[in-house]
Amino acid sequence: MVLHKLKRLFSRLGAGCINKIWRLGAGARLFGLTLISSGESFRRFRLTIREVYFTGVMSLIIILVSAFFVGMVLALQGYHTLQKYGSSEAIGVLVALALVRELGPVVTALLFAGRAGTAITAEIGLMKATEQLSAMEMMAVSPIARVIAPRFWAGVIAMPVLATLFSMVGILGGYLVAVPLIGVDAGAFWSQMQANVDWEYDILNGVFKSLVFGVACTMIALFEGYDAPPTAEGVSRATTRTVVTSSLAVLGLDFILTSFMIAV
Amino acid sequence: MERTTIDLWVGIFVALGLAALLGLAMKVGNLTTSNLGDTYMVTANFENIGGLKPRAPVKSAGVVVGRVGDIGFDAKTYEAVVSLNIDKRYNFPKDTFANIYTAGLLGEQYIGLEAGGDETNLKNGDKISQTQDAVVLEKLISQFLYSKATEGDDKSSKTASTESGADALDASPLDKIGK
Amino acid sequence: MANAIVEIQDLSFGYKGRLLHKGINMTFPKGKVVAIMGGSGSGKTTLLRLIGGQLKPNKGRVNVCGEIVHEQDREGIYRLRRKMGMLFQHGALFTDLSVYENVAFPMREHTSLPESMIRDLVLMKLNAVGLRGAHALMPTELSGGMARRVALARAIALDPSIIMYDEPFAGLDPISMAVICDLIRSLNDVLGATSIIVTHDVEETFQFADYVYFVADGVVAAEGTPDDLRQSELPFIHQFVHGEKDGPVPFHYAAPEYHASLLRGAR
Repeated sequence: MVLHKLKRLFSRLGAGCINKIWRLGAGARLFGLTLISSGESFRRFRLTIREVYFTGVMSLIIILVSAFFVGMVLALQGYHTLQKYGSSEAIGVLVALALVRELGPVVTALLFAGRAGTAITAEIGLMKATEQLSAMEMMAVSPIARVIAPRFWAGVIAMPVLATLFSMVGILGGYLVAVPLIGVDAGAFWSQMQANVDWEYDILNGVFKSLVFGVACTMIALFEGYDAPPTAEGVSRATTRTVVTSSLAVLGLDFILTSFMIAV
Repeated sequence: MERTTIDLWVGIFVALGLAALLGLAMKVGNLTTSNLGDTYMVTANFENIGGLKPRAPVKSAGVVVGRVGDIGFDAKTYEAVVSLNIDKRYNFPKDTFANIYTAGLLGEQYIGLEAGGDETNLKNGDKISQTQDAVVLEKLISQFLYSKATEGDDKSSKTASTESGADALDASPLDKIGK
Repeated sequence: MANAIVEIQDLSFGYKGRLLHKGINMTFPKGKVVAIMGGSGSGKTTLLRLIGGQLKPNKGRVNVCGEIVHEQDREGIYRLRRKMGMLFQHGALFTDLSVYENVAFPMREHTSLPESMIRDLVLMKLNAVGLRGAHALMPTELSGGMARRVALARAIALDPSIIMYDEPFAGLDPISMAVICDLIRSLNDVLGATSIIVTHDVEETFQFADYVYFVADGVVAAEGTPDDLRQSELPFIHQFVHGEKDGPVPFHYAAPEYHASLLRGAR
């Protein structure tokens, strides 16, 4: 009896793993196809611009408001710790480095997965369920070139922009808490920050991270939508999977990228 | 119609992103120049400036009166040349004394000005002749340890070192300063 | 037939080992309206997908304009599809585009006509289905029948020589149904196209179709003109045409013996 149950457990685990690997392969294939079919996204850049509007501009409010609060909390928390060591002027460095290196790209990507990623998955999934993608195929128009690729490039463009804005607004939020509210010297705030934040090592690496997250999050959202069973339940589950997979991918990639950046 | 508004929004979006990147570069990163109001510049030479950074505050009686501008090195005298941008509203006599102080134990370094009694004031381009270097903690402590060690020469070296270790600061901040 | 534009020869197709079609032969002559009928789940829609090259047959082949569909590369299939227009079951309009943009879509994708000419063409197509006045609406604002007509206008946007209809009558009220029937016939004759209709609505189809194929159990069970089929003595055709509940097509899905199932539950 126990043996039987174990056997069932293992076979289910195995099937789950195989399914995951299969999906990984299918996702990679879609990624390749998207890259190959990207010509049209640039020749008819209007298509991509339209999608930048939906993924980027529409995510602006949530990104900016979150950034503001994250920056303010960072400053508050940082001040209380730094103050114990008499170095509360270092608050600027703390806020800026935390945002530019980590929180900017990572939190933006997580919010992006929740806001734009789910929208992409649901949209593509519904287009599939209502045979819009089939109809496009029958009109001799490749859905990958016409629907998937512009959304992919829009995500890749929007993510670094959003992450940069996140860092900037977060630093402003931190400034507002640290300087007018707590009373840290404004000059020290900025001067310490400028002395310790490096343009290439910190800022450009952060932008690069967000670029990678943009590729990952958008591709996952597109794949989940494209792969979703054409039913209401299928689309809703695909949407959930988008958030889960994107979040895990972002955090995992963040570790890998960070370890490379620190090693170099 | 709809398309042009979308284009506009996307344009604003991308422009905002570029502006933020520029902001990060200029205001947050180290690609920048200061932006005080009307200032006049004086220079001061120090033998050692410790950890003084550009844009550090210049204070007099604890009030910020200016900012540190460039920090250079004079290859003839082997001294650091620090330019100070001081607010036009504040005038200081010619024999003003410039010190490098540290805010707290690990805090930021700043320049403190102590006004002298001269009748003429510092003008743009003048040089402050009386300066005092930054206190370098390692130097201070090693001097202290050295004097302790010579003092207790008759005692065994082991007790001397433990004694001085107890008298001096904790070991951990020293490590940090060393870095 | 000499002027066959689409020909299906000895076609077999199935998913995962279960064969849906077992050697089907059909011919669609130029200028005719041909209906493919059969019960739900008999693989009628799959036939359309095979003609459109979205699926590959296991055996046999589909000829479109003298070319074998499944032997074409992507490029070739797209070239063939440009000669086809397809009306999907629920229209499959692009929900993020207006009615006007939906009809303009194939033109924008495949031609580089100036905007003024696209505008004229779109309005002509919409006029043909009687919805010129609705060009500014979004697909969500249309009724089922109107959406189907817009989709039809989109399907004929590039004047195809083959028009395929997947269940064009499903879920429509009688008036919309009559409108669609009329449109299928008149568009076919005006465009000189060939129409392939997949449906199970006997009465409507028999009114305007030139030729009808009946598909059952993966083979062509009967074929002929509507008049021939009405007279047919074949039990299956009789059941289908006259809509009888029981007959060769059983009411019950294949199941173990009724008594035995109930008794097992009670035990």
